[in-house]
Amino acid sequence: MSNNPNNWPLWEVFIQSKRGLDHKHVGSLHAADAQMAIENARDVYTRRQEGQSIWVVPAGAISASQPEDAAMLFDPADDKTYRHPTFYVMPEGAKYI
Amino acid sequence: MSSQEALFTYTLRLADDLLILSHRLSEWCGHGPILEEDIALTNRALDHIGEARNLYTHAGQVEGKGRTEDDLAYLRAERQFVNTKLVEQPNGDYAHTIVRSFLFDAYHLPLAEALTKSSDAQIAAIAAKAVKEAQYHLRHSSDWLIRFGDGTAESQRRAQEALEALWTFTGDLFADDDVQAAMVKAGIAPDLSKVKAAFDVTVDKVLAEATLKRPADGFMATGGRQGKHSEHLGFVLAEMQYLQRAYPGAEW
Repeated sequence: MSNNPNNWPLWEVFIQSKRGLDHKHVGSLHAADAQMAIENARDVYTRRQEGQSIWVVPAGAISASQPEDAAMLFDPADDKTYRHPTFYVMPEGAKYI
Repeated sequence: MSSQEALFTYTLRLADDLLILSHRLSEWCGHGPILEEDIALTNRALDHIGEARNLYTHAGQVEGKGRTEDDLAYLRAERQFVNTKLVEQPNGDYAHTIVRSFLFDAYHLPLAEALTKSSDAQIAAIAAKAVKEAQYHLRHSSDWLIRFGDGTAESQRRAQEALEALWTFTGDLFADDDVQAAMVKAGIAPDLSKVKAAFDVTVDKVLAEATLKRPADGFMATGGRQGKHSEHLGFVLAEMQYLQRAYPGAEW
């Protein structure tokens, strides 16, 4: 479907649910330009008070790692537990570290 | 006509425009040109129906005969509806749907803004909620009209044809009568000439950007506010009211 030349370009949509939180990827949609993409994202992805800010990014502008590289990229971290700050004693009363 | 009857009729006029336009837009549900627009139109339909429900409830209270929002929406006949002829016009192609909404939005936004200062506290509160929605509606319909007008030769032709076809029905939006005059006098409604001035500014600005021509004011259709409608409203009501007519009192 996305190969059909009659379709508008694909955009990836990121919504920020609350001020201070990060924008999260919520899905994609078609739109002729950025302005239309924002309006479409408003209608498709924020109908139930999901957000207070919208980012749209042309899907083609995103570079992704290749699934077949996953082992090479991510497996070496498996046995590096010392990279996690798990050997510290938690101060009493600290909820979030 | 007592001032209470005038307020009842005026509130119905506000509500009927929104209900009938909402029904027209809901006819696109599942048939939109693309998924995103399908949802955009049904969102708008829900905005309109939300405002209409509040107004019908208020109208029922003003009337004081115990009629509910559902009674007013489902159990009145064609000649008792006082919406403009504009909103009952068929969806046509997408240009017709967009132009119909654009002409209504260009009227609805300044009207809602003015109604926030209404001396009727309930109407003022309903309008205050509607203003933000109306701002978005106008942006949505304006953007599409500009894209059509300033788009391809065919999209421009269709947008201009829709404008020519629907322009006459804008007469109904600004038709003055005793009810309107009584409402202005009571500080409940704004003077329609002020709403018309804002409408003209919006229409001229958007049409210029869309490279579309504003149709000349020729014969302007009126009568909707008196319950005289085009042939289309009966079909809208037949579908909309079917369930309550066939199964009186049915509830979800």
